[in-house]
Amino acid sequence: MIGVSHYLILSGLLFSIGFVGVLRRKNLLMLFFATEIMLNAVNIAFAAIGNYYGDLSGQMFAFFVIAVAASEVAVGLGLLIVLYKKYGSLDLEVIANMKG
Amino acid sequence: MESLVYIALFAPFVGSLFAGLFFARSPKSILVGVVNPALIGVSFLASVALAMHVAEFGAVHVTMMDWISMGGLNIPFGFLVDEVSVTMMLVVTLVSTVVHIYSNGYMDHDKSFNRFFAYLSAFVFSMMILVMSDNLAGLFIGWEGVGVCSWLLIGFWYHKEDKPFEENPSISPSWAANEAFIMNRIADLGMLVGIFLIYWNVGSLQYNVVFDALPNLADGLLVGIAIALFIGAMGKSAQFPLHTWLTDAMEGPTPVSALIHAATMVTAGVFLVIRMSPLYSMEAVSGVSMFIAALGTFVAFYAASMALIARDIKRIVALSTLSQLGYMFAAAGLGAYWIALFHLAAHAFFKALLFLGAGNVMHAMDDELDIFKMGGLRKVMMGSYIYMGIASIALAGLPFFAGFYSKDAIIETAFNEGTYLIWIMLVITAGMTAFYSFRQVFFSFHGEERWKPLGFNPHDMYKYVLVAMAPLAILAISFGWFMDGYKAFITKNLPAYEMSDHTHHIAWLLGALVVLFAVIGIWIAYRKYAGKGAMAWQRDEKVENSFIYKLLENQYYVPHAYDRFIVQPYIVASDKFWEWDNKIVDGTVDTIAKTIYDAGDKSRTMQTGNLSTYLNWMGAGALLLIVAAAISAVIG
Repeated sequence: MIGVSHYLILSGLLFSIGFVGVLRRKNLLMLFFATEIMLNAVNIAFAAIGNYYGDLSGQMFAFFVIAVAASEVAVGLGLLIVLYKKYGSLDLEVIANMKG
Repeated sequence: MESLVYIALFAPFVGSLFAGLFFARSPKSILVGVVNPALIGVSFLASVALAMHVAEFGAVHVTMMDWISMGGLNIPFGFLVDEVSVTMMLVVTLVSTVVHIYSNGYMDHDKSFNRFFAYLSAFVFSMMILVMSDNLAGLFIGWEGVGVCSWLLIGFWYHKEDKPFEENPSISPSWAANEAFIMNRIADLGMLVGIFLIYWNVGSLQYNVVFDALPNLADGLLVGIAIALFIGAMGKSAQFPLHTWLTDAMEGPTPVSALIHAATMVTAGVFLVIRMSPLYSMEAVSGVSMFIAALGTFVAFYAASMALIARDIKRIVALSTLSQLGYMFAAAGLGAYWIALFHLAAHAFFKALLFLGAGNVMHAMDDELDIFKMGGLRKVMMGSYIYMGIASIALAGLPFFAGFYSKDAIIETAFNEGTYLIWIMLVITAGMTAFYSFRQVFFSFHGEERWKPLGFNPHDMYKYVLVAMAPLAILAISFGWFMDGYKAFITKNLPAYEMSDHTHHIAWLLGALVVLFAVIGIWIAYRKYAGKGAMAWQRDEKVENSFIYKLLENQYYVPHAYDRFIVQPYIVASDKFWEWDNKIVDGTVDTIAKTIYDAGDKSRTMQTGNLSTYLNWMGAGALLLIVAAAISAVIG
């Protein structure tokens, strides 16, 4: 029997993968993918817990997150294209120019 | 009548604002030189009208508005024009008018001409508040106001550089101004304490309320109030040991010395004692009054002795002012308040005249003050010579001149009270006064023309200035003739002091003795400084090297002692405190700032510009928060 805890473990694992990706990756595009993974991990948790409590607001919130993530990706990809045109690369080491 | 009171009070204020607001930055303006004296003149005319009204109908008491009104404290802006204050108003406005006109000539070439008039008129306004206020708080405001104006005017030539203390005890005008201000601050603290004591125990500062309540107060308290208020008077009237500022104040322009440091402001201390006469004439404070008389006598003698050998023409006049203030305090301390006030008025006229005459001499001699470099000036400065002569005769107290009546009355009072020590001191001082004032006249106007080899080119003051000085000269001659009339006028308000029959009987003898001393003084001065032959003017090395001469020349070493035992230790202490302050207070503040700065300096390396690093930091932070939340959840 697959219970809510399985979903949460899956969600936690996905979130961790995304988190490590955000910390370790050097390519901006990969960072985007990592954040998408984290968002979707959270969506799984929302949906699972919403189902567990019989409350629709969890799933509703997941939809919101999907909508926001979609627009974020749209804007973000646009910025990435501009950045790529400017630097010829999306490597964080290359585009770092605000040293303290 | 009310409007007259306001005109008398505010005309100088308008003048001050006129010169100060509209002409502060512009070059010398004739308009200021005309309008300001005219406004002071208006104030004088209003005072005259008020004096006539007071003489006929009695005191005028007006309340302009509420000033401080909170809780139990209620101090209105009220003005009391009675016999005492109207006398002061007349003296102040008359001398001020003459001095304002005089300043037109004296400050002719000064580039701060307008600023000078702004200050001078502001002084007159403050002085009017001081004398007219119907409560001690208003008096204190005026008291501080004249102090500020005095500071501004002594330091008028603030750009003059400091000189070493050995060369000039008043190091520079700005130094002298600060000295005057700080010494007065010390005394004002005493006065404030007195005012607070009155307020705590009476609950009001209105003169009439305070005077009514005085008999109900404990004796010790009365003595405390009397002492505290007198300390204030000592500072303003430059009584020992707070006297050194007055001679140093001569660094200011001469019209200022004439108006503030001779005729009006310095007499404010005497005025305070006279105003508070219901307090000082009480049985309980007779000790304080006796002390006032004794101190006054001491100062009269002490200052006169220094004037005997002073070389600086303004210092001589300043010391004679100090000496005459001593006379006034002697009279006030002995209970003869109206005589003190009479001498105050007479002194204001002839001393202002003397100072303005000295100013003429200075002006003629290109600001040279050393009388040893003058001599024979009467040929080129006849007008000033006559004025200085009149003023000196009045000061010396020769018969039928103003000083004779008032000073003689004081000396008679001392005899009448049976205080023979005071009496004999005052008689001797009268002789010394005659000597030094004529020494100065003979030195500067008679004898050889010592200025010729030194290349001076003296010339007398403008005609209109000499004409403007005439009222003072007339009063210096004739003021004493009105003594009986004045007595009838003033004793409606002040206790009438009557000589006993015995004293009355030998009054002529006492007067003759004073005159004898004065004549002897003048005669010695004449023989020594204006005579011919071997006795004529010459410097005597032996005398100048003697101990007493050195003592007098260095003003009894009092300024030196102040410098050595107060100023220098204070500088050392200040340096030490500054060090401590640097270490402790500044140290603490600096450490806090430095810690924050260092933390910023260290943490700024975090900002590498690399987004990955930021994200790592953010992740670390997020983890930290989660851990913190978990811990608090477990503990909570």
